[in-house]
Amino acid sequence: MKRKLANLYLILVFIILYAPIIFLIVYSFSEGETMTNFHGFTWSHYHTLFTDPRMLAIVANTLLVALLSSLIATLVGTLGALGINRTTKRVTREALLTMNNVLMVSPDVIIGASFLIFFTMLGIPLGFGSVLMSHIAFEIPIVVLMVLPRLREMSSSMLDAAQDLGATMRQLLSRVVIPFISPGIFAGFFMALTYSLDDFAVTFFVTGNGFSTLSVEIYSRARQGINLEINALSGVMFLFSLLLVGGYYWIQQASHRHKQRKRGVTS
Amino acid sequence: MTKRRTWLYFIPYGLWLALFVIAPVALIIYQSFFDLGHHFTLGNYSAYFQSATYLKMTLNSVWYAFLITLFTGLISYPTAYFLHGLKHRQLWLLLVILPTWINILLKAYAFIGIFSQAGLANQFLSFIGIGPQQILFTNASFIFVATYIQIPFMILPIFNALDDLNPAFINASQDLGASGWQTFSKVVFPLTLPGVKAGVQAVFIPSLSLFMLTRLIGGNKVITLGTAIEEHFLTTMNWGMGSTIGVVLIIAMVVVMLLTGDQKPKGGTPR
Repeated sequence: MKRKLANLYLILVFIILYAPIIFLIVYSFSEGETMTNFHGFTWSHYHTLFTDPRMLAIVANTLLVALLSSLIATLVGTLGALGINRTTKRVTREALLTMNNVLMVSPDVIIGASFLIFFTMLGIPLGFGSVLMSHIAFEIPIVVLMVLPRLREMSSSMLDAAQDLGATMRQLLSRVVIPFISPGIFAGFFMALTYSLDDFAVTFFVTGNGFSTLSVEIYSRARQGINLEINALSGVMFLFSLLLVGGYYWIQQASHRHKQRKRGVTS
Repeated sequence: MTKRRTWLYFIPYGLWLALFVIAPVALIIYQSFFDLGHHFTLGNYSAYFQSATYLKMTLNSVWYAFLITLFTGLISYPTAYFLHGLKHRQLWLLLVILPTWINILLKAYAFIGIFSQAGLANQFLSFIGIGPQQILFTNASFIFVATYIQIPFMILPIFNALDDLNPAFINASQDLGASGWQTFSKVVFPLTLPGVKAGVQAVFIPSLSLFMLTRLIGGNKVITLGTAIEEHFLTTMNWGMGSTIGVVLIIAMVVVMLLTGDQKPKGGTPR
């Protein structure tokens, strides 16, 4: 009885969680102009979407910013994590971690507004460059947080062994450390990618005129009312998210299996 | 020699810390002391603390954030608890996280359709005999949508706290004759409180600054601190006042962090 009630509650929560998303996608196949009463099946909104040059350019912009910023953020973040891991003083480490987390906990508006002041004071024009820099900036801390636990798991005896066997600093990094922490690096990259694709507020502040990402475009179109092209877009983005989640999950599982296999050998 | 060389790798990260963490915070505080004519002034602060409008707006924003956090918590705790009892719980948890990967604006946009005059919600209300209501652009719809968006961020840390809970405690409590409710209220809930606190942290602060929802769903009736900052920066171009409100928001954030303890934002990100 109790079990049944619990399951009923869970079903209800899941319905609420998914209803709006399913609702959006269902109406992306509806003829007509509104999200009320399904008017019959059509692919026309997808057709409009894929032949809308403005929309396609924005999709390309968004993906370019996401990929480029994630790559750079992953590089800088990994180096940062290596640096933080090398600190010997507890106080320094705590201070660095606190500063690292500032952008993680700050509200988006604060990040956006302060970056806007920053770019304006330095005379950096608003557009692709400022959006890219902002995305790199707010992605770095999550990469650090993903890589750091892996670095902590690394046993120092492994490093000592490599050094005793004559590995140089560079070899140590490329042959031992990087392969060991690569699951963390991949996880950080994926998180950075989703942070970038998901961001609206920060981009909205620093984007200026002329450059737009999907979130900003959806916002300005949604303010004008219902437009089923956005529904079609949400269908495409949902598929894309599923692929990303799948990829992320797969990497996590693979590293998990890897770990278990290794444990099986040593014990 | 090698030691100095390896520190070179740390330079990009150090630059990031200086330029994008320390400088922006310093700049927003600096900017809050300047008026529209770029003169140094304390006027923004005195205007803020003497203006009934600003103070009322701040209280309103905190009150709405409180309501959103409360509702999110009330829905999320049982969800996390029941979810944790399921067989394939990691998979179910992934399904809870999945909606957070959908762009927040698309979710807000969905509710514009659902809550519209002839939308799904009104069709339902007509069906059960209440008749269509104005749902979109009300405070209630703002709270509903904000709660909807925040639920996964609350479920996650609570779920992780339940995961960390040693089942031996529950067995011990039962062996010692505690009823199901006693076990929950005296053992399980206190031990998962850190998860709840992390959840409150992850929900309350963003709720103070959700400006796109107040525009799209709340119809500008609810003004949060975030809305006010956006308005000052991008519409009226009064950066000084905007920064002052930003500083207030930062202080509110620090207060919330201190109240909810100094734990790492462990549940904030999907694992």
